[in-house]
Amino acid sequence: MTTLAEVQGGTDSPYALSHLDALESEAVHIFREVAGEFENPVILFSGGKDSIVMLHLALKAFAPAAVPFSLLHVDTGHNFPEVLEYRDRAVERHGLRLHVASVQDYIDRGVLKERPDGTRNPLQTLPLTEKIRSERFDAVFGGGRRDEEKARAKERVFSLRDEFSQWDPRRQRPELWNLYNGRHAPGEHVRVFPLSNWTELDVWQYIAREGIALPRIYFAHEREVFQRAGMWLTAGDWGGPREDEPVVRRLVRYRTVGDMSCTGAVDSDATTLDAVIAEIAASRLTERGATRADDKLSEAAMEDRKREGYF
Amino acid sequence: MTTTTEALAATATLLRFATAGSVDDGKSTLVGRLLHDSKSVLTDQLEAVERASASRGQDGPDLALLTDGLRAEREQGITIDVAYRYFATPRRRFILADTPGHVQYTRNMVTGASTAELTVILVDARNGVVEQTRRHAAIAALLRVPHVVLAVNKMDLVGYREPVFAAIAEEFTAYATELGIPEVTAIPISALAGDNVVEPSARMDWYGGPTVLEHLETVPVSHDLAHCHARLPVQYVIRPQSAEHPDYRGYAGQIAAGSFRVGEQVTVLPSGRTTTISGIDLLGEPVDVAWTTQSVTLLLADDIDVSRGDLIVPTKDAPPTTQDVEATVCHVADAALTVGHRVLLKHGTRTVKAIVKDIPSRLTLDDLSLHPHPGLLAANDIGRVKIRTAEPLPVDAYADSRRTGSFILIDPADGTTLTAGMVGESFAAPEPVKDAADDDGWDF
Repeated sequence: MTTLAEVQGGTDSPYALSHLDALESEAVHIFREVAGEFENPVILFSGGKDSIVMLHLALKAFAPAAVPFSLLHVDTGHNFPEVLEYRDRAVERHGLRLHVASVQDYIDRGVLKERPDGTRNPLQTLPLTEKIRSERFDAVFGGGRRDEEKARAKERVFSLRDEFSQWDPRRQRPELWNLYNGRHAPGEHVRVFPLSNWTELDVWQYIAREGIALPRIYFAHEREVFQRAGMWLTAGDWGGPREDEPVVRRLVRYRTVGDMSCTGAVDSDATTLDAVIAEIAASRLTERGATRADDKLSEAAMEDRKREGYF
Repeated sequence: MTTTTEALAATATLLRFATAGSVDDGKSTLVGRLLHDSKSVLTDQLEAVERASASRGQDGPDLALLTDGLRAEREQGITIDVAYRYFATPRRRFILADTPGHVQYTRNMVTGASTAELTVILVDARNGVVEQTRRHAAIAALLRVPHVVLAVNKMDLVGYREPVFAAIAEEFTAYATELGIPEVTAIPISALAGDNVVEPSARMDWYGGPTVLEHLETVPVSHDLAHCHARLPVQYVIRPQSAEHPDYRGYAGQIAAGSFRVGEQVTVLPSGRTTTISGIDLLGEPVDVAWTTQSVTLLLADDIDVSRGDLIVPTKDAPPTTQDVEATVCHVADAALTVGHRVLLKHGTRTVKAIVKDIPSRLTLDDLSLHPHPGLLAANDIGRVKIRTAEPLPVDAYADSRRTGSFILIDPADGTTLTAGMVGESFAAPEPVKDAADDDGWDF
């Protein structure tokens, strides 16, 4: 057991929390505020590292009770099989309820059309917002971090969305102290970002500290890939490669996990958490810059998608 | 390579700070310089800025484009909203609230300062202390930001002369002392040339103090628990009702101030019931002591009625409960706050109905004079208010506790956040304004 006198938390004072402890405590506070103030919250869960960390924090926030939220996966139909397996195991293990909003369903029904560039990322918005409406979710947790992108840097922790799920960056509520305002009208909902203040490195350090398991594709492995727009994409049923795009076998890993058609792998020999952390610390590219095609579309690509209801 | 490997220390502490400065004081350049020289701007971000700058016909990369994230901001070339930035050095992790300098965005500086341990106030060495500088200092004092840095920028444009810096530092420090700011660190810099931001300046050998970054890395963040009133706002009651934990009943919350230990006698407010702490869970692990700002779950010896919104405090150190809250507020909404306004008040985890009974004064930030009975507070106004709440609230003075001395007012009709409130006296009311009993009207 610890006592006040024994504790040495950091360089400032015995009671200063380390940055990881401070971020963890803040995120747990956010989860508990939502549990206390909303009727029907849901956690967006893609099987990527940020949503895995979110779930881990939620488990800690309510221990020894169960997480009082269900999970929602927006399934693009172009998922990495390892990630889907991980998702299903997590749901099973923690006795959670999983909702799936399927882009493929919308395409099959003719509601959504495949884009000429093959990316399904922008197509996620409609299934997501319709699912939120039909299930009457009033709070939707997202793993978005402000360090990812400059439009995200402007995002509040509690972000009100209107009945069309739209984000209006000019009409955001000021967020003062830790007094989060979750008031919303029927039909509106609040997007909640408990990892707002985390960086990519924080996420990895926390994964290492807590010993959190991740899908294997986050670690270096040999894979058949081809190059498109400067990124290594995985060859597969989703539609790649084209004839002029030769497939090669390379040692790669993923920094982010999303739709296979627009998430690129990076060359890497990092097979352990320590190696991944060292690699990220030395990298001169941001996570999204290295691996996401959709953000390169225009200077305001993220802002525009977020305005429409993207996470 | 040492920078990146040492920056990996997962036990480094976190400093939250905010920047403030007028439009052309070079705030974006300072932020850009801090991010750039601490190697927090990565190649693809710089390339994006270079591309965007070139497409606008600019000669070099415009570092403001790094921080202005919204389409409207880039179009107008100004910062509209607070943005949060992240960077690290071997000694610390930083969360920077990058706040706009325009007068009409005073509320955004309040937002940034509310969670900051330190504020950097920028002035242009050629202009010295101006109205906006005084306004920023007043807000830092009002929000009780523990540390204030005066960055005298553009020293390159005044020949790096010491007397210019000394005069500005002296004038500012005198004003800050008047506001009750305990400590000012003045640093002469050139954000553009990089003097004294990250690297010490060779052109100002008369200056013996720290660079901006060095100061940010070493400023002590106070965690003096001995003088803090312990407070735990109850967020959520954890009741597993499972076979493994049939009787577990824990009160979850983030400790807002001070520390709690097992065996301590506590009182639950507002009911006033008393019991002892039988256990503390720190995210699933039992501990015998916990302190601010840990998120914990308290287990109590007696089965008493405790729910979300209650405040758990040491019995020997309980705050008074009151239905009449007097506070200094900053009005953050576009529509005015008026006497008679029916609102919701969120304090800690409790939201209650309330009515604005009186607005005794409005503060003129430029000279700190008080305008008596203004009748309303418009957007960005700072003033004193008296609020009657529908239920008793245990409030501390903001001077004693930034967390349990603060509240927000919310519009019950549409949920808008109206007002940021700080309980108790502040410099804004050096002499209490007389409450005229017959003053039930107001003039616009």
